[in-house]
Amino acid sequence: MKYEKSFLLSLYRTMLTIRFSEESFIAPLLDGTVRCPVHLTSGEEAIAAGISALLTPEDKVFGNHRSHGHFLAKGGSVAGLIGEVFCKEAGCSHGRGGSMHLIAPEVGFLGAAPIVAGTISLAMGAALAHKIQGSDAVAVTYFGDGAAGEGVLYEAMNFASIQNLPLIFVCENNFYATHMPIRETRKKDTIYESSLPFGIEAVREDGNDVLKVYEAARRAVELCRNGKGPFFLEFMTYRLRGHVGPDDNIQGNHTDIRPPDEVAEWRKKDPITRFRKYLLETDAVEQKDIDVIDLDVEKEVAAAHQLVRESDVPNVKELNSYVFKKTVA
Amino acid sequence: MSSKKRLLNYALAINEALSQSMAADDSVFLIGQGLKSPWYVGQTCTGLLKDFGEQRIMDTPVSENAVTGAAVGASIAGMKGIVVHPRVDFMLYGLDPVINQAANWYYMNGGKASVPVVIWGIINRGGEQGAQHSQAIHSLFAHIPGLKVVMPATPYDAKGLMAAAINDPDPVVFMDDRWLYGIEDYVPEELYEVEIGRAAVSRKGDNITIVASSYVAYEAMRAADQLKKEGINVEVVDLRTIKPLDKNTILQSAAKTGKLLVVDGGWQSFGVSAEIAALAAEHIFSDLDMPVKRLALPDIPAPASQHLEKGYYIHCDTIKSVVLEMLD
Ligand SMILES: Cc1ncc(C[n+]2csc(CCOP(=O)(O)OP(=O)(O)O)c2C)c(N)n1
Ligand SMILES: [Mg+2]
Repeated sequence: MKYEKSFLLSLYRTMLTIRFSEESFIAPLLDGTVRCPVHLTSGEEAIAAGISALLTPEDKVFGNHRSHGHFLAKGGSVAGLIGEVFCKEAGCSHGRGGSMHLIAPEVGFLGAAPIVAGTISLAMGAALAHKIQGSDAVAVTYFGDGAAGEGVLYEAMNFASIQNLPLIFVCENNFYATHMPIRETRKKDTIYESSLPFGIEAVREDGNDVLKVYEAARRAVELCRNGKGPFFLEFMTYRLRGHVGPDDNIQGNHTDIRPPDEVAEWRKKDPITRFRKYLLETDAVEQKDIDVIDLDVEKEVAAAHQLVRESDVPNVKELNSYVFKKTVA
Repeated sequence: MSSKKRLLNYALAINEALSQSMAADDSVFLIGQGLKSPWYVGQTCTGLLKDFGEQRIMDTPVSENAVTGAAVGASIAGMKGIVVHPRVDFMLYGLDPVINQAANWYYMNGGKASVPVVIWGIINRGGEQGAQHSQAIHSLFAHIPGLKVVMPATPYDAKGLMAAAINDPDPVVFMDDRWLYGIEDYVPEELYEVEIGRAAVSRKGDNITIVASSYVAYEAMRAADQLKKEGINVEVVDLRTIKPLDKNTILQSAAKTGKLLVVDGGWQSFGVSAEIAALAAEHIFSDLDMPVKRLALPDIPAPASQHLEKGYYIHCDTIKSVVLEMLD
């Protein structure tokens, strides 16, 4: 399989933008300047990057509590993310939502919300809208292994299937739902298989290999665009940070129960280091191409922080804004 | 055996009620997502797994609807189930087993089977958590016939109301607030119950009556203590039970002081504060020397930004200034 250099570099850039943006929250989280709950996706960037490379602004995406990557990969702005994490007016939700409520309708990112599995049916609704409108756009719902415990996933799989909706179920399986390892929450850890009885084609793939993600998603998007959805993708991955915040064992109640060896093992599979190595080893790109992007993204993140620093905090006089679009006097 | 002078915090008071109730009655069990993790439930479940085992203490997958139904069904079948939701926001997936099933079961089956279940929902807000991690929906449950709703404000009541909820033959919604978890008070060591349906006059006074519950009752008591130093005597009625309401205690106090301020940690419209204001209008209108005043959350989703949170939540100072306005 041959890929254009610019394409490969754009995948790299997307992943790096997510990583650098998120890592820029570590210090402010630890010193308390960032206060809202922040669920970092570090280590899982390849999934959103690989999938979003196939999507257009017409395609709709819904996220969850861990959606910085989904938002940025779909084209949400770095300043919009950083501003929201700092709960400033410059944030994509004007400081009303915080890290768990990201949105960029202009690029098809229709929202993220932390009620586990809560946006699966919404993404299905977006897919339904596309079908009714006769558009070939697709919808993507991102959810974790934990969300597979909620009944709504199964209701949505059935309905999407009987309606042939252009909906891509994307399960980011990182083996844990907060303090619960997957073996304590399911007898079989093969989540993708639960879509099979609904007649939904499903694939499980390495979620830390951005090209594998891309290829798996390519088939899913193609089928969905041609009226042959839905599709179920399960990506195996691992978070390199805490469930919430930088490190669950430094903060709060010391709740990270993951074995240190396991974390160390997965650290070696960091999707960004891995992809960079692959690009250089296969001579697909040169070191200087990488350096240019590294510097560029670093600058972009720094500029976004500057913009956010200069942004106002929400004014308490505007507490009532956004309750309704049309306020009845 | 009992030492009256034992300090215990609110979370550990709940813990003790659970632990002692389970020791006293084999039919009591606890189920819910997150109960193994202090990140979810604070200290309320500390030690329970060790003492009672996985047979009776079950952390679950993220499946609120099924898990709530499990507690309800087991309670119909002879157990006393307690289902914990570490945030009331999460329990919205589990409303059907509570509102359609548990609340109606005894009535629609002509009294053949009651549902001695406890639906325990923890209010957990502030800290820029935003609209889906901040809600207080006790009024919603209080609206439903067939549900009892309790909301302790003190460690003493937390223990006694949890124990009472567990032993009550009907479905009881027990709501506590993470903002209260660290508060300490004297709590008897032995198991005891606080009667459901009884408010407490937690501060005596004759200038004005404040009716409140849960965290805002705590804030109201602080306000009353501070105002006392300024020579203002506030009577605080801590509801403890939202439903059934202790009408007599509320109305007697308000009729005595002639001034009624209702404070509620839920939204203002169609909630607890409206219910109490209506009761006062119906029963003691002529005893009041001014209109009832309500202080509750504005009809706005919970904001994330701390600057908006400050204007949103109710604290001691907000209560004090409203009292001073009313007495002006
Ligand atoms: C309905 C609901 N129940 C419980 C929670 C608490 N909660 C927050 S994140 C989470 C675990 C989610 O695990 P998973 O879906 O695997 O996503 P991950 O955090 O691993 O990315 C839970 C249970 C919630 N937010 N919503
Ligand atoms: Mg997970």
